[in-house]
Amino acid sequence: MDSSRLDRRQALDLFENCDLLELGEMAQARRLQMHPEKRVTFAIDRNINYTNICECRCRFCAYYRRPEDADAFVIDNATLHQKIAETIELGGTQILLQGGLHPDLKIDYYIGLLEMIKKDFPAIHIHGFSPPEISHIAALSKHSLDETLRQLKNAGLGSIPGGGAEILDDRVRTLISPNKIGWQRWLEVMERAHNLDLRTTATMMFGSLETPKELIEHLFRVREVQDRTGGFTAFIPWSFQSANTELAPEVTRIATGVDYLRVLALSRLVLDNIDNLQASWVTQGTKMAQVALYFGANDFGSTMIEENVVAAAGVHFSISLEELIDTIKEAGFQATQRDTLYNLIKEF
Amino acid sequence: MNKFNKIAEKRRAGERLSSNDALFLYEEGDFFALGKLAAEINRKINGETVYYNINRHINPTNICVNQCRFCAYSKLKGEDGAYEQCVDDILNEVKDAEALGIREFHIVGGLHPDWPFDYYLELLRSLKNEHPDIAIKAFTAVEIDYFAKISGLDIPTVFKRLLKVGLQAMPGGGAEIFTPVIRKQICPEKISGDSWLEIMEMAHQAAIPTNATMLYGHVESFSDRIDHMEKLRTLQDKTGGFQVFIPLAFHATNTDIRKKGETSGIDDLKTLAIARLYLDNFQHIKAYWVMLGEKIAQLALLFGVNDLDGTVVKERITHAAGAKSAAGLSEAYIRNSIIRAGRKPVERDTFYKPVPSVQGDLHG
Repeated sequence: MDSSRLDRRQALDLFENCDLLELGEMAQARRLQMHPEKRVTFAIDRNINYTNICECRCRFCAYYRRPEDADAFVIDNATLHQKIAETIELGGTQILLQGGLHPDLKIDYYIGLLEMIKKDFPAIHIHGFSPPEISHIAALSKHSLDETLRQLKNAGLGSIPGGGAEILDDRVRTLISPNKIGWQRWLEVMERAHNLDLRTTATMMFGSLETPKELIEHLFRVREVQDRTGGFTAFIPWSFQSANTELAPEVTRIATGVDYLRVLALSRLVLDNIDNLQASWVTQGTKMAQVALYFGANDFGSTMIEENVVAAAGVHFSISLEELIDTIKEAGFQATQRDTLYNLIKEF
Repeated sequence: MNKFNKIAEKRRAGERLSSNDALFLYEEGDFFALGKLAAEINRKINGETVYYNINRHINPTNICVNQCRFCAYSKLKGEDGAYEQCVDDILNEVKDAEALGIREFHIVGGLHPDWPFDYYLELLRSLKNEHPDIAIKAFTAVEIDYFAKISGLDIPTVFKRLLKVGLQAMPGGGAEIFTPVIRKQICPEKISGDSWLEIMEMAHQAAIPTNATMLYGHVESFSDRIDHMEKLRTLQDKTGGFQVFIPLAFHATNTDIRKKGETSGIDDLKTLAIARLYLDNFQHIKAYWVMLGEKIAQLALLFGVNDLDGTVVKERITHAAGAKSAAGLSEAYIRNSIIRAGRKPVERDTFYKPVPSVQGDLHG
């Protein structure tokens, strides 16, 4: 083990006591060591949610619906098809395919979905199904995790997003997402995926009910799996967004801007074995995302074409792509489009 | 010793920075080193305290004879969206001010083509009459100049009349960037930078404390910004009448200046830090969250800033230019932001005197 590596105690000490600008400077130095070129990458993609019906009903979530709700949906093929076609037209290389834990949809549905997409759009990369979904599909279909992952991969799944990690600690999970898989299961799905050559990202949603110690533990649990597999491409921390959630009244310390930067910088320092660290412009706004590029982040996530884009929305998108590129450049970095697996595609 | 350290040593020793120093800090100053130095200097002046106040913005009209190209707020008379409030409208809008803990009315508006000076005198008189304990901070130098024009009075007399009906302080708007060639591009009808400075000097002579601002991030250069701050520093040496410096980040949406959206967060923070270092005769540097966003304003507390403005009920002007910040923040939110940044929140009055907060130490 590399003796220069931070241990849990050191990380906690930095998190609680280090001056934020000192911490940022250290994170920036580490980032420049790992990525010496002053480049910031991003993907062009679209989030497609195949259903909002979810059995999990996490208390921090404002998206889920019950099957009987008026606005509950499962995506139809025509809509899905159109969304992907638009994505490709706009220079997109991947779709992020995620949804709720639907009570009735077994693995055949997902295989059908993937095969249909791949048949019509062989070039599109499908980044889909976070560990809670994989675990749910496996249980509902009475398959092992390995079997589930293998079948999804064979049907066209390209990689797995790191959602549903929240805080990888069961005390916190019981409080904020009592029906979701525990931390060990989450990591087990990822480790098995890595072993089947499916790359994944890892996320962390902080700023709800976790203690600093639990937050640190999350980072180390991810780092330990990464030491074994090397399968995580990127780490993406973001802060709990409270609007319209059941959990909001219980959270007395909503994460502020400085809390976000502190977590981001610490993530860069602890996760010395994960190449990429994403700035979350979606939760932090573009100005803070620019600052995040000085606190360890080297990637801007993706453009995330909005839902319900109509034909004319191409204009919308090109503005937001242009804005994203400008935002990166204004912060003093070279903007480069990448694919899901961080291969560089196009410099701007 | 490298150049940055030399500048830092100079500043620590209480020596004044030159314009060249400031330009170097803009062009080559390391982001973190600048922040740390500005924070260090600020700590010496203001300790851990961060001020905020609870104020209410009053914008009597958006109809303006000037058509500044950076402004998304002004309308011509009769144009869609133009509005004007009579004194009673305003009184009605702020009638519950005391219950909300408001200690200051911040009043700025367009240069209305028809209203007489008496309207403004009546507005202040009525507000003061109904809210004797709430301070009135009103009218930029641009409005003062306009009042002199429409009333035929000279500026000292305008001040005298306003003081008589309750004016206590002035905001610092209308300064934009002093450089004439820039003003010609962005606000050709507006009074010159020299006039702005002269009016502020007269305000200070009339014992009216004022703010000072700088609108940056449009078509100006770093040198223009430094020249702007240099003029403010010189006047401050003379009068000591500026309470605070507030750099204002330009918002381009809905304006006539074709420029990409917003200044970068990096530029915002560097500008605040450089202002703290360069304006050695200003005690207070304010991060105006309406323009910066709440998160950058909080981070600014680590870059030499010691004032977070107010709760600003009902901000209209910057939001017309696409600001994504809230139209008002709660006191609890502001206090929490300050505490999370490791600093001590203190509610202040218009004159930077601490006042007891009703809110107490939430989330402390």
